[in-house]
Amino acid sequence: MTAASYIFGVLSALLTLVVVIEMLRRRRLRERHAIWWLIAGTLALVVGVFPNTLVWAAGIVGIAIPLNLVFFVSVAVLFFVCIQHSAELTVLEAKTRTLAETSALLEMRIGVLEARIRESEKGHSPGSEAH
Amino acid sequence: MVSSVEKTLVVMPAFNEQESVRAVVREVFEKLPGITCLVVNDGSSDETSREARAGGALVANLPFNLGVGGAMRVGFRYAIENGFDNVVQIDADGQHDPAGVLALLARLDTADMVLGARFDGEGDYSVRGPRRWAIAFLSRFLSRTARTRLTDTTSGFRLSGPRAVRLFAEHYPAEYLGDTIESLVIAARAKCVIAQVPVAMRVRAGGRPSHHPVKAAVYLARAVLALFFALMRPPVSLQDAIVAPA
Repeated sequence: MTAASYIFGVLSALLTLVVVIEMLRRRRLRERHAIWWLIAGTLALVVGVFPNTLVWAAGIVGIAIPLNLVFFVSVAVLFFVCIQHSAELTVLEAKTRTLAETSALLEMRIGVLEARIRESEKGHSPGSEAH
Repeated sequence: MVSSVEKTLVVMPAFNEQESVRAVVREVFEKLPGITCLVVNDGSSDETSREARAGGALVANLPFNLGVGGAMRVGFRYAIENGFDNVVQIDADGQHDPAGVLALLARLDTADMVLGARFDGEGDYSVRGPRRWAIAFLSRFLSRTARTRLTDTTSGFRLSGPRAVRLFAEHYPAEYLGDTIESLVIAARAKCVIAQVPVAMRVRAGGRPSHHPVKAAVYLARAVLALFFALMRPPVSLQDAIVAPA
């Protein structure tokens, strides 16, 4: 490995971490959404600074070519990010649905109240609406 | 009779039904005097809301389309908030004859949920091919879950008694086919008694049901999947449902 590729690896990992942390700092990203990116960035930094940890880790799980471990971990991280997004989307849809239902019901109640006000302003005795 | 018409709310989910909704609402009031009718306008882009009001119905407007499940939950929540005991679903396309509601109500004394079923001797409605197999398969499976013989589980013509209304106001599913298949599974597992009454079905005012084999096969696959997931989910008990809505 050349010095250039070593520096390139470390800088890439650092860039990832800086972007994620900066977005967290500006509240553009919530902590629970950032956690997988933080884990990925930290792993990349460790492997970038100490390339031997990759060879060691690949040896532990029995992967002959250490690079394949990188691919495996990358896919795993992306998988978890996608799953998390799908789950969040489901929760958001359920919330939107409940809000839409509530808004429809409130609109009906406002209609009834407006009708009652109009009636009492006409000077009639405020007759009770059926519904 | 324990279950009165006055304590029953007709909920009519309507999505772009401006041609038929007024006539259907009129027919409901004609055949069921004293009943309250709530049309849930499911994000229609046409004059459904105005037409329903012209027919004399109460109208709830959803800001966007939620599907039959979402529209029905509005109905169940409205029923709870306004003191109705029962909710009966009637399609806005005129497929269901409102006179059948009396037959459903009569059966409610011994059941929590009554389905109005076609192919049960009455009416001239028929479905053939893969769509029929799908319906037959679902019926066999859901009959076992519901511990009673059901022949038409995808029927939208159904009456929910007080226990089922409480359950559905919280737990009515919004997913595809959730309003027919999963709602039955939820009710059966919450120990609601489900019954079936034969009713006559009419040909829909607008369009006929699809008989295309590919569409029918997709329908069957999605129905089986919906059933599978409905059975996988943890059952909700009626005790959970009694908790007041937030």
